[in-house]
Amino acid sequence: MEKYVEIQGVGQTFETKKGKFVALRDIDLTIKQGEFIALIGHSGCGKSTLLNLIAGLTLPSTGVLLLEDREIAGPGPERAVVFQNHSLLPWLTCFENVYLAVERVFGEKEGKAKLKERTAAAINLVGLDHASAKYPNEISGGMKQRVGIARALSMQPKVLLMDEPFGALDALTRAKLQDELMRICEATKATTVMVTHDVDEAVLLSDRIVMMTNGPAATIGEILEVKLPRPRTRLTLAHDPAYIDCRAKVLEFLYEKQAHVEKIAA
Amino acid sequence: MSALTMDVDFGHKKPVDRSTGGEPVQGLVAEPAKEMKMEKTLTVPAEPGTPFTETLASIGRTVLPPLLGMAILIGIWYIATMKGGSIPGPVKTWDAATILFADPFYSNGPNDQGIGWNILSSLQRVGIGFGFAALVGIPLGFILGRSAFLAAMVNPIISLLRPVSPLAWLPIGLLVFQRADPAATYTIFICSIWPMIMNTAQGVQRVPQDYLNVARVLALSEWKVVTKILLPAVLPYILTGIRLSIGTAWLVIVAAEMLTGGVGIGFWVWDEWNNLKVEHIIIAIFVIGIVGLILEQSLILLARKLTKESS
Repeated sequence: MEKYVEIQGVGQTFETKKGKFVALRDIDLTIKQGEFIALIGHSGCGKSTLLNLIAGLTLPSTGVLLLEDREIAGPGPERAVVFQNHSLLPWLTCFENVYLAVERVFGEKEGKAKLKERTAAAINLVGLDHASAKYPNEISGGMKQRVGIARALSMQPKVLLMDEPFGALDALTRAKLQDELMRICEATKATTVMVTHDVDEAVLLSDRIVMMTNGPAATIGEILEVKLPRPRTRLTLAHDPAYIDCRAKVLEFLYEKQAHVEKIAA
Repeated sequence: MSALTMDVDFGHKKPVDRSTGGEPVQGLVAEPAKEMKMEKTLTVPAEPGTPFTETLASIGRTVLPPLLGMAILIGIWYIATMKGGSIPGPVKTWDAATILFADPFYSNGPNDQGIGWNILSSLQRVGIGFGFAALVGIPLGFILGRSAFLAAMVNPIISLLRPVSPLAWLPIGLLVFQRADPAATYTIFICSIWPMIMNTAQGVQRVPQDYLNVARVLALSEWKVVTKILLPAVLPYILTGIRLSIGTAWLVIVAAEMLTGGVGIGFWVWDEWNNLKVEHIIIAIFVIGIVGLILEQSLILLARKLTKESS
């Protein structure tokens, strides 16, 4: 499907104490089914705001967002979100956290045994069988984030939305989870939108990289198509001229064309 | 998510202190029960396997200072009352206490009962009044925490009534119930309900936005939101409300019973004053203190157990 998610003329304005704040303006973007999109830009450029709009957690001030030609009017399980800080409920075990989502989506049609099977499968997918009965505060940050991904995937969402899912992790754990995510996305053909700060992450994972201009009143600056064949491996890519070229283009955008961010922030 | 977008995104959902029109709730709203965990870190018993002397030393460190404090207090009391006067000394009080506690559960008619009965009937009044306050206050707190409109409607009333001494309500209670006993219970209800409402409401407002976003993305039913997210998240705040309430309730019951009479520790104090048995009044002060301490400590223990299980 060529036009799976459509974002048409979307702008977002917030009422603040100092008056109106224009966070986003004139966003137009079409996402194909099964595509992996990375949203990249400096802090405060409204990447997360855009993600929240697709999630339906906030509604746009202008314009419209469509999923399969239907307007996104609020949050829903067909657009699963992996939150930046995992957002697992601390009083539920990993299994119960995922089960809560599974039960919500499939509970009406399927029996308990099937729901538990689905939950176990999602936890297995992220390689956490052994931690299933543990509480979130008993496992590491990387594991928590994997449970968050399992919870999102267990719902079999139409779109998987990820808000800097690996931002708080150390480099080695991050690399491992990126590889896992690539494997999962290839297996499930999930349509994914991921917010990131990390240039390597964006190039490694994405089909297209959406680069955003600096806020306030941020919009899409450039869109880079990453024409690297899949499956990709980080080691072979390291010397791939196409990879290096993509990486350079993103870096140029971020640090030359949009370099004045620090002055604005200060 | 950057700090900037976060601010504006959820600015309207920030856990503002709606319950008091912006001012902090002094005294009534404390941090959730988790704070209590720190208190006990000093008194952790020595690990098994450490040498005997070390164990002894650690017991000494925890037990010695309170004992010393007590000894000094009793010492001052002894010296102050050595010359005689109307206040009895520790020895005389101790003698009276041994007689009193030899038979705490005697009953010679409604106005002459053992100290055990007096304590129990006070506790019963506190229990009933407090129980009703919990039944009304916790759900009300939930509603006020969930609805900004209702909170804005009810908060001025709460702010107006909260500073009123519960004893000022006693005549109304007497008028409505026509009997002393329910009037005293009703006074307990009134003084317990405010911390319960306000802490619960505050807890509901402070449920992390992340958890509520999870609920929104999953599109959970209101029932699931309450049972799976709100209740566990608010539990520490509710327990704090309960702890504060029971402290106040125990303070108020003594005063209320002095006014209403009947059987109860407060009434007993007044009765012994009329009999001029000052040593009994001093015993009563200790008893009231110890019961209050036990009430509070058992709630702290309960809170710790529940929050440990849920977090």
